[in-house]
Amino acid sequence: MRAPPDRVHLTTDVLIVGAGAAGMSAAIAADEQDADVLLVDRSLIGRGGATVMAQMTVAVALGEEVADGWRDHLADTLKAGRGLCDEWLAGILCQRGPEEIRRLDSWHVGWARHADGRIRAAQAPGHDRPRCVYVDFLSTGPAVSRTLRGQVQRQERIKRVGDLCITDIVTADGAAVGAVGFSVTDGRPVSLAAKTVIIATGGLTRLYARNSASANMGGDGYALALRAGAELIDMEFVQFFPIGHLAPRLIGMDPIMWDPFRYKLGGRLLNAQGHDFAADYGVPEDGRYVAPRDLLTRAIQKEVEAGRGSPAGGVFLSFQHVPADRLREAFGPVIDRLTANGIDLTRQDVEVAPIAHYHMGGIRVTPDMRTDVAGLLAAGEAIGGANGANRLSGNAVTEALVFGRAAGQTAAEMARHGGNVWCEAAAEPALALVAAPGPGSVNTAAVVSDLQSLMNRHVGPFRTAAGLNAALAGIRRLRTAIGTVPPGTPGGFDTVRLDWFDARNMLLVAEAVAAAALAREESRGAHQRDDFPETDEHWAVNQAISLRDGKLSLERRPVKARAPA
Amino acid sequence: MSETATLLIRRGGPEEPASWARFEIAYERGQSVLDGLRRIRIERDPSLAFRFSCINANACKECMMLLDGKVVYACTARLEPREMRLEPLPNKALIRDLATEIAPPDERLASLLKRDA
Repeated sequence: MRAPPDRVHLTTDVLIVGAGAAGMSAAIAADEQDADVLLVDRSLIGRGGATVMAQMTVAVALGEEVADGWRDHLADTLKAGRGLCDEWLAGILCQRGPEEIRRLDSWHVGWARHADGRIRAAQAPGHDRPRCVYVDFLSTGPAVSRTLRGQVQRQERIKRVGDLCITDIVTADGAAVGAVGFSVTDGRPVSLAAKTVIIATGGLTRLYARNSASANMGGDGYALALRAGAELIDMEFVQFFPIGHLAPRLIGMDPIMWDPFRYKLGGRLLNAQGHDFAADYGVPEDGRYVAPRDLLTRAIQKEVEAGRGSPAGGVFLSFQHVPADRLREAFGPVIDRLTANGIDLTRQDVEVAPIAHYHMGGIRVTPDMRTDVAGLLAAGEAIGGANGANRLSGNAVTEALVFGRAAGQTAAEMARHGGNVWCEAAAEPALALVAAPGPGSVNTAAVVSDLQSLMNRHVGPFRTAAGLNAALAGIRRLRTAIGTVPPGTPGGFDTVRLDWFDARNMLLVAEAVAAAALAREESRGAHQRDDFPETDEHWAVNQAISLRDGKLSLERRPVKARAPA
Repeated sequence: MSETATLLIRRGGPEEPASWARFEIAYERGQSVLDGLRRIRIERDPSLAFRFSCINANACKECMMLLDGKVVYACTARLEPREMRLEPLPNKALIRDLATEIAPPDERLASLLKRDA
């Protein structure tokens, strides 16, 4: 069959959707095994997504700062996960982490080092020892991104295309055979035939009004996987970062920047009365930074609810007891950036509040990153299981690197053994949608913004049945508002249509989060139900969610409890 | 009385005559120009095109544009209670409104097609 004239058709062995650390690691690994790789991103390659935003640290048992072993890292990961970690995946993350960190080191990523050459590690909350490596100053994510980007660019066989928005995975006879999308630059429909497809699109924090994410973290990959027939797990577990920056307005900086300040310098969390309140919630900090994220989020939220919050609706973070020269020594040029924002930490507190930061849940995969759809793999934050009900600090970049590599290797091997064959008929509905002209009246940017407010209000860290039902009703209302066809006609940088495709994904994923949260009638890790405040051992199970005949369906699954030897 | 920031924005695609659109928005101290542009999309005109990804961190470097004739990142330029003139980068191919072709040449769909042809 002949393609319509304006459509572009591309062919590859391995198609990777998303060019953050997971996608780029997958590309490098697949290329090493002689596969042809097409790495696509809806933004620019290696610039969108979460990796470039990760200013903080990477957890890895290198054993250079102090003696350490991957099993110790695993023990902390499982403990943070509150009984829900897939121990196979968590084990792989911890065991292979050091190899990936050393690989980046060999590519000159620039890990901070001691004078004697040992790689430095800081102790982040939830870890039993200093285990978190970093690049100064607050440059970990940009350095990792830049380094991987440099490696990807060197490989002739890795083709890279930015500004390409993937809208659907194409499946034929239950197997992934490629994808369909459109070129953001000119609106042209694009079909991509691939022997295997890897989803590496990151998380879903854009679903929330207060978030620490890039604009393109709207959960695309979860929606792509659901519509392709794959299962997701643990969708109710959204990690809120307890001390996201709230006020005064700070520009040119990541809102989660206070975390490394707290590892290095402590810093006191105070309510409106100047009282250091963490101990009142059973997590005494004494000016250090030791409380796990879920407990600190709870303490802050409860303090605000009790009317003891700061003017902007959070609490105060104070470094006023830290001498100016220590601030300067620890954060150098960052102090100048704060000054440019009118903030002098020696004289004033800042306001912080929990913000959506990371998603524990995601696509259900095997230890070699296969989903339950043949030919479809996933990696990085897009997968669920490794972090259970609450992610340990520093594990996100590690999992992106480790799982990205694993997915790339599996995909290359599958491609070598044949893989799946493109089916034009199977691609038709998705191609029709990207080309379809639609009514032009809906403000899709406002729909996205309404959804973000709805999720922040009802599906934040503290949930009730009434709130979750209100969220589900709101999601249905917004879905009706956007209709089933994108507005307008395809064109260059058409933000209305782009928002429509985003809203289509975001509404499906938001529904999955709210439905899973409503079903789990207990409190555990990042999922706290005010109407079911206790942890219930009967709920020490994962919830899997899939899309059947257009409806989401939930099932309980036992936790995978065996760690690799 | 609340103050107003006026964004005067050059709009249009490569094959259309350029036009100027004026948006008056409530000025909030400390906000960035990007904050203002994002607010315009939600409250006024969702078709306004500009690039951004990281929103706030100045990490993605996608939101470059001209502010009163000077190249800035919209995420670090402060919104001010006056008229501010925004234009696309002059030395890059215009896609639409404030969005220009800033991807490295070998990461564009068009160049991939050329290479494979």
